[in-house]
Amino acid sequence: MPDYTTIVGLEVHVQLATKSKLFCRCSTQFGAEPNTQTCPVCIGMPGSLPVMNREALDLALKTAVALNCTIPPLTKWDRKQYYYPDLPKGYQISQYDMPMSEHGHLEISDSKDRFESKKIRILRAHLEEDAGKSIHDEVAGRADSVIDLNRTGTPLLEIVSEPDMRSGLEARAYLDELKLLLTYIGVSDCNMQEGSLRVDANVNLHLDSGGEMIATPIVEIKNMNSFRAVERAIEYEAGRQYDVWQETGAKLGDSPKQTRGWDDAAGVTRGQRSKEESSDYRYFPDPDLVPVVFTKEEVAAATASLGEKPADLRGKLQSEHGLSAYDAEVLVNQGRDLLAYYLAAVDVAGDGKAVCNWVSQDVLRVLKEREEPIESFPIAASSLGKFVSKLKSGDLPSSRGRDVFDVMLDKKLSVDEAMHQLGIEEVDDSELETLCQQLLDANPKIVDDVRGGKQQAVGALIGQAKKRNPNADPGRVRQLCLDLIAKM
Amino acid sequence: MSLSAADVEKVALLARLILTPAELESMTAELGQIVTYVDQLAEVDTEGVEPMAHAVELHNVTKDDAVAASLSRDAALAGAPKHNDEGYLVPAVLGD
Repeated sequence: MPDYTTIVGLEVHVQLATKSKLFCRCSTQFGAEPNTQTCPVCIGMPGSLPVMNREALDLALKTAVALNCTIPPLTKWDRKQYYYPDLPKGYQISQYDMPMSEHGHLEISDSKDRFESKKIRILRAHLEEDAGKSIHDEVAGRADSVIDLNRTGTPLLEIVSEPDMRSGLEARAYLDELKLLLTYIGVSDCNMQEGSLRVDANVNLHLDSGGEMIATPIVEIKNMNSFRAVERAIEYEAGRQYDVWQETGAKLGDSPKQTRGWDDAAGVTRGQRSKEESSDYRYFPDPDLVPVVFTKEEVAAATASLGEKPADLRGKLQSEHGLSAYDAEVLVNQGRDLLAYYLAAVDVAGDGKAVCNWVSQDVLRVLKEREEPIESFPIAASSLGKFVSKLKSGDLPSSRGRDVFDVMLDKKLSVDEAMHQLGIEEVDDSELETLCQQLLDANPKIVDDVRGGKQQAVGALIGQAKKRNPNADPGRVRQLCLDLIAKM
Repeated sequence: MSLSAADVEKVALLARLILTPAELESMTAELGQIVTYVDQLAEVDTEGVEPMAHAVELHNVTKDDAVAASLSRDAALAGAPKHNDEGYLVPAVLGD
């Protein structure tokens, strides 16, 4: 195993959930016909003037405080100049030296303990407008590319982490936690397929070269279409950089920053154009837009509006409902709606752990098989809660739990109706006691074994009891038999 | 501060302009004069003057997040040198 440390920083662009664009009132709706959502402002007609979208500012502020960022009292807009066919103005309105937020952090952890919990520092989060989309028709061999400017001007928040991650796994954990946080607070749908969340990764290695600590040149990886792809690309790139270093000995600073694209099918990164120097963007303040002031009151109100964050909720499930870190993660990471379902069921059942078992195993399994969200799950939360409480009280024998659950699910019945349909009635103890006594009388050998200290011998009787009465609860039979033997 | 021909070449490249050697020479001289002229601002004593982010003393000029009508596609594409009635056509973007 080569001795190096992988250093990873991530730049994440998230589309803020506004109805209209950042500087004009064109719709941001995904999937419209090409070039039907543009106006003189977003296609850069001379003489048009941008006006800020209040909601985009509010969502950006909410995200920034959720990421524990500092909000400077004043923020401004800058023009980032570059030529590309999908950028009609010839510049992108972004934020350069006075971003709307900076110096935050996001905590990541792994319930399987594959890495230690750590805070990933966030350098800054700033607002900017999106560019358009180029469509290359290579198959037809056409000379031209088609440009669709519907997306031009859509509000993005660029969230830049410090290089605090040390593996693809940690990068993925950061992305999972970031996406979960942003969807919990409702600022973005974070849908990667629709381009609402995009990730670039900056990767290099720190390695020991004869006692001297050296760093390899930083590579920016693009074109990663899933969090899994980000994880794979980082792991691949680390190995590639190590090989290149062994071959050439190239260090950080020897060459300009390189951009490489991830080829998911081939599982490799490939070289792209060299990144232009930052100064080549010739940033300058946008004279068309006035600065933005966030007051202390606005920052406080945004903080207050956050509600409980995923990390808080995981802690709460562990401390208030007795769940393991793993169980708490499973429930919270499914999103706000599933968590609400779980909590509503616990309210009825009064047993967090038992409800968790049914939700995290059976409910989630069914949702996955049917590819449906929790909103369309046939068993209401209160109904599941009642089902669990009946299991807990023993009214419903645990051995029949799965059968009842399946009937409730398939026939959309309440727990009482399902039990009735299955002919499950509570077997009262006197009836069960008679049954157990009969079994003990018929099996003196077992009674002797139990008296001799072999308590597990009683297990043989449970099967017999179930044959005579399918509704007999195995745990109850076992206990009754042991009690009766003790009295004999 | 004076401009070199290399500075002008770099800026021309970034602006996607092709200059002939004669143009490069005259541009270097003319742009140099403009920069020197603006450099006079450096003589102003700004000690104790608060930096400003914008020439206008305004902030937070915003609109509500409500969708308004966009241009029709025909109107949007009307000024394009080349289009296919759905999108702008541009020389193939390669090498990315």
